[in-house]
Amino acid sequence: MATRIDVNGLTAYYGKFKAVADVNLTIEPKNVTAFIGPSGCGKSTVLRTLNRMHEVLPGARVEGRVLLDGEDLYGAGMDPVNVRRTVGMVFQRPNPFPTMSIYENVIAGLKLNGVRKKALLDERVEESLRGANLWEEVKDRLGRPGAGLSGGQQQRLCIARAIAVEPQVLLMDEPCSALDPISTLAIEDLITKLKSSFTIVIVTHNMQQASRVSDATAFFSLEKTGDPGRLVEFDKTSKIFSNPTEKRTEDYVSGRFG
Amino acid sequence: MTTEPDSSADAAEPRGAASATAPPTDPPPAGGPAAASSGKARVGVADLIFKNLTRTAGIGLLALIAVIATFLVLRATDALSANTGNFLTTEEWFPNASPPKFGVAATLYGTVVSAAVAMIIAVPVAVGIALFITVYAPRQLSSILGYIVDLLAAVPSVVYGLWGLIVLAPHMKGIQLWLNDYFGWIPLFDADSVGRSLFVASVVLAIMILPIVAALSREVFLQVPIAHREAALALGATRWEMIRVAVLPYGKPGVISASMLGLGRAMGETIAVALVLPASFNISEHILSPAGNTIAANVANGWGEANDIGRGALIASGLVLFIVTMIVNILARAIVARRREFSGSAA
Amino acid sequence: MTTATVSGPAVDGTADRLGLRGQSLPRWVPLAVAAGAVVVSLLIYLLTPVDSEIQIVLMAAVVFVIAMTAISTAVEGGRRARDRFATTLVYTAFLLAVIPLVAVLVSVISKGVGRLDADFFTHSMNGIGARDVGGGIYHAIIGTVEQVLLASVLAVPFGLLVAIYLVEYGRGRISRMISFFVDVLTGLPSIIAGLFILAFWVLALDQGFSGFAGALALAVLMIPTVVRSAEEMLKLVPNELREAGYALGVPQWRTILRVVVPTALPGIVTGVMLAVARVAGETAPVLLTVFGTNLINSNPFSGEQSSLPLYIYSQAGQPQQFAVDRAWSAALVLIIIIMVLNLIARLFAGRNRLK
Repeated sequence: MATRIDVNGLTAYYGKFKAVADVNLTIEPKNVTAFIGPSGCGKSTVLRTLNRMHEVLPGARVEGRVLLDGEDLYGAGMDPVNVRRTVGMVFQRPNPFPTMSIYENVIAGLKLNGVRKKALLDERVEESLRGANLWEEVKDRLGRPGAGLSGGQQQRLCIARAIAVEPQVLLMDEPCSALDPISTLAIEDLITKLKSSFTIVIVTHNMQQASRVSDATAFFSLEKTGDPGRLVEFDKTSKIFSNPTEKRTEDYVSGRFG
Repeated sequence: MTTEPDSSADAAEPRGAASATAPPTDPPPAGGPAAASSGKARVGVADLIFKNLTRTAGIGLLALIAVIATFLVLRATDALSANTGNFLTTEEWFPNASPPKFGVAATLYGTVVSAAVAMIIAVPVAVGIALFITVYAPRQLSSILGYIVDLLAAVPSVVYGLWGLIVLAPHMKGIQLWLNDYFGWIPLFDADSVGRSLFVASVVLAIMILPIVAALSREVFLQVPIAHREAALALGATRWEMIRVAVLPYGKPGVISASMLGLGRAMGETIAVALVLPASFNISEHILSPAGNTIAANVANGWGEANDIGRGALIASGLVLFIVTMIVNILARAIVARRREFSGSAA
Repeated sequence: MTTATVSGPAVDGTADRLGLRGQSLPRWVPLAVAAGAVVVSLLIYLLTPVDSEIQIVLMAAVVFVIAMTAISTAVEGGRRARDRFATTLVYTAFLLAVIPLVAVLVSVISKGVGRLDADFFTHSMNGIGARDVGGGIYHAIIGTVEQVLLASVLAVPFGLLVAIYLVEYGRGRISRMISFFVDVLTGLPSIIAGLFILAFWVLALDQGFSGFAGALALAVLMIPTVVRSAEEMLKLVPNELREAGYALGVPQWRTILRVVVPTALPGIVTGVMLAVARVAGETAPVLLTVFGTNLINSNPFSGEQSSLPLYIYSQAGQPQQFAVDRAWSAALVLIIIIMVLNLIARLFAGRNRLK
């Protein structure tokens, strides 16, 4: 499991505002792909189009195609609910459901899909929490509120919640930006471990992070405020950070811009 | 508490004393405690005066409530001691007769039943309205609707009463006959004749509290963080599942307190009920029959021709209403507080 | 955990493997079903003895919900059908609720506009019986304005002081007690406030019925609202502002009056206006304390007065059409006054920088 994603001619709008224009890229299975770029360049927007979360915002829409193993997510008959179950997502700020315990948070997605058997749920909770490197820390207090954990633990809980429904792809929108350095390191370790089972796409504004965890990197940028963001360069991470083709990429990764 | 900033406040003191209107200049008005910060500054005295002024207001509020309670209880006991019936179980209401015989049973029953039926009708619909405005409706429409609901919540109850009496009551005849025809086998909907009944009063109350509960629930739902809604959607939740997982649990305490506020309003509502109900003193489970009365409506209708005992009796029944609404409020607080551990406050 | 046998673009069946597809009803279906439900109900209305509009509307709603659920279960199935059912219920609840609420407004406007002439605003009910045409609300407007103003003068400074005490000074048992009893007062049925002033001011102190007695009762109702809204606004004022005041050597009371309260002021005004709007429509407490009269009495401190809600109540209780017409017109005027107060409150809410 884990699928390839092809993005063809993708343009995303917020109402009349064109946020990002004409993006083409291919995300390889069981790889970590990083989206980097200055703020406002549309990297998070592109990420959100990959599981049809973009259209949740009022007035937001998408043109172009996003192919998941060749099947267009925006094609006729596609159900966004099923798309989101297949393409999981972790957000910038940890957002465990505040009214639920740790256990209930992990199984939230499974319960939606009608899994009721206690034994299966227990098994999946342990599996997911182990997968998110959180099991040892919380196994004695699964009934406590998820919101009572530290920020880093909450984010790993959210990752456990996302992988519990066994998605093909995991999208991460700046998952460490609200965390301290130690928690960040824990999440980065986790990402490296998770890529053996999932296709991972991560948005980050931290270039060291991109170079540490990703196999491929996409650099987005925009000419000036108000213009749509564009994909400037997409290549192997090592190439982007050592010998990029585009001048703008080099300026950005060397810290001369942005 | 106030002594801390005093020494550093010295510099500002002359300016403060000059521009302030009155208090700082007269030396020892607040008495003893002022001596504690003795030589420090007159600003300390001003602070003390102001603090005691606000404190007096606070204590005045407690005194006000004490006076309200004492007075109502005193007036009520006079009447209660003259009562020849059992105040809690007697259905009749003849406080002006001699000997007086009256009880709160019938009006309390009407109060509770009409408010309860109103809640059953209004709360689900109000939650539906709030969900429609916050989740389903397009952005522009939802802010307009929110505004309209707020305005409807401010419409005075006497207007709902007027409308209920003149417009709604005649239209309710058909639906009451229909309920009686098809659901008459349930004692609740069994009636010899239908008319301006407890049920009609309940519908008026329901329409009256609908915008209140909806407006408050809407505010609560608006506060559900987008992050929680998106978390649910990203797990592959349908819109309804998103509501069930993220919106309703987060908003539940708020909806409960909104409903309790609505219940309090419904039980305490006087005029809308007084206009609609025929004011009869009997306990009947047939809520479609043209009968029934509530405590508040009885006070409004009965106090004009009441003698001394009669007024005391009405006050006693008012106390019962007060106690019942207080119990409802305390229950609501308890329910909300019990859920606090799992509420969003920790996030 | 299906084993991936195919990879590479555009192979038929991949979507099934990932389970991305879902059956979905076209957008026109709910509208068509709604139209059908209305037609069915109208047929029932025309062909059967059922003659109440309320039933027809309810029946249309029930038919709509049942039909939509059936169609959705057949086509979409499972979770999507449950989602559709919830959507259908929410829309139906909304539409059903809109009908009576809009009907209230429409009735008040259409029936009230008839008597909105200069006469209505400039005359009292002096010498006008229930059966007579004419008469007006001049005396009632005077009463309402005076009573509400007096109540505000009593309740607003008092409530503000209590709120300042609770936020700036209050620690420990007393402030917890005050806070609790503010909540108790919030839930106080308005008629109890009237009963209290009746028993205390009018009867025990033998002050008689007057606009002022009504103002006292309304003030009792206003105080908790003012305290609560002012308290919430004062709490929103950032602590840095207070500390900045102390750091400059400004004494605490001046910091509160010159910095904290002005910062919170727009929010406090919003709360006060909403409280004013609420008590302006109160009938029960005024009924017990002001008594009501047909004559003009512009002195709120002595003798019975009238007020708009009271006027509506007394006119609505008469069986004669002229009286009921006057009640509708007075209701329209009262609603307009309350809407204006609400609009003012909104204006100040828009200027609130704390929220």
